[in-house]
Amino acid sequence: MPGTPKLNASRLARVAWLPLCLLLVACHIDMYDQPKYTANQPSEFFEDGRAMRPPVENSVPIGSFQPDSALNTGKLNGELATELPMELTAALLERGQTRYNAYCAPCHGLGGDGNGVIAYRGGIQVPGFHNERLRTVAIGYYFDVITNGVNRMYSYANRIPPEDRWAVAAYVRALQLSQYADANELTAEERQQLEGR
Amino acid sequence: MSSQIFPRNANALVWVSIIGLVLLIGSIVAALVGLYLSPWYTDVGVAKEQPVPFSHKHHVDQLKIDCRYCHATVERAAHAGFPSTDTCMSCHSQIWTNSPLLQPVRDSYRTGESVVWSRIYDLPDFVYFNHSIHVAKGIGCASCHGRIDQQNLTAKAQPLYMGWCLGCHRAPEENVRPKDEVFNMAYDPQSLPLAARVALVKEYQISTDGRLTNCYICHR
Repeated sequence: MPGTPKLNASRLARVAWLPLCLLLVACHIDMYDQPKYTANQPSEFFEDGRAMRPPVENSVPIGSFQPDSALNTGKLNGELATELPMELTAALLERGQTRYNAYCAPCHGLGGDGNGVIAYRGGIQVPGFHNERLRTVAIGYYFDVITNGVNRMYSYANRIPPEDRWAVAAYVRALQLSQYADANELTAEERQQLEGR
Repeated sequence: MSSQIFPRNANALVWVSIIGLVLLIGSIVAALVGLYLSPWYTDVGVAKEQPVPFSHKHHVDQLKIDCRYCHATVERAAHAGFPSTDTCMSCHSQIWTNSPLLQPVRDSYRTGESVVWSRIYDLPDFVYFNHSIHVAKGIGCASCHGRIDQQNLTAKAQPLYMGWCLGCHRAPEENVRPKDEVFNMAYDPQSLPLAARVALVKEYQISTDGRLTNCYICHR
């Protein structure tokens, strides 16, 4: 049959080089490592060698950011805020508990006694929250300490957002109450639980 | 012509060479696949040299420090947050202050220059993985990072191949866990019965309509 291709040995031999192409392709990795910056990458362009840039000085996030609000500073009219700038809910306390256990408990202890594992292992004196001064201090004080640090404690502002700092402050208050509650104020049922232990 | 050009055993030789060729190609392919899946290529279980021999076992298992103490943005950003020198120093300005192992950290704190760590989990740049959504939907750290709380030196626990990602995106009920167990390294998702896990998938509104296996879920 003239004109119809036949699959014979010589025809196969003519295309036998094609599999060689497989060896020559698929070795490009330029899509794996694209010329763009991702988090924590080094940079040859910036002087400090980091791709991640700090915000330009005096810049603020767009939106409802209020640099002077109690929510963001812990202070009202220059004085430490004495009230939460948000509603106190069970969800807020639970949020505060997870944040407290993650960020504060290593030193201050799960119960706020100042006997966390780092304090214990490192032999460091860490303040507990169960004393007269810290029970009566304005709640904004806790916000301020988390934000700016105090004595040997570093600032946790870059790890705990402002809303969460308030949640932690509220939870610290709950911890204080747990160690300083008046048994006479409990309901009969709660007293029974207490005595049953 | 009375004599044959080929000896009588030439027929056998043809078969031996054909079968041999097939076996040779087959074994080359098998070897390549094996290499592709082996730690030699995937780095699974291979610890890299780091400027400081940081131990997750010590910090997570022995000291019970929460993942988020150092990886603080894991719940609110794509990137889990690699701890800055400041984070290390928030404890190590007080403890192990003379340890020679921590000299690079102290140098970094003093000079402001970064500690250059070797990256362990490095996805291709065309994959857009987001930690926060996985954590928010009840996928535990250990699902991808293995028992990192048991690692003295950090190594990859998974090859990070696309098929592995898709395995979970096709069947999220295999790996979902209650949200309050996400940071619990010892929790086993399979300890819940399948029906309970399916219920979790529904409760957390993890889509099961095939959307999770669309290309653009991970590639943009």
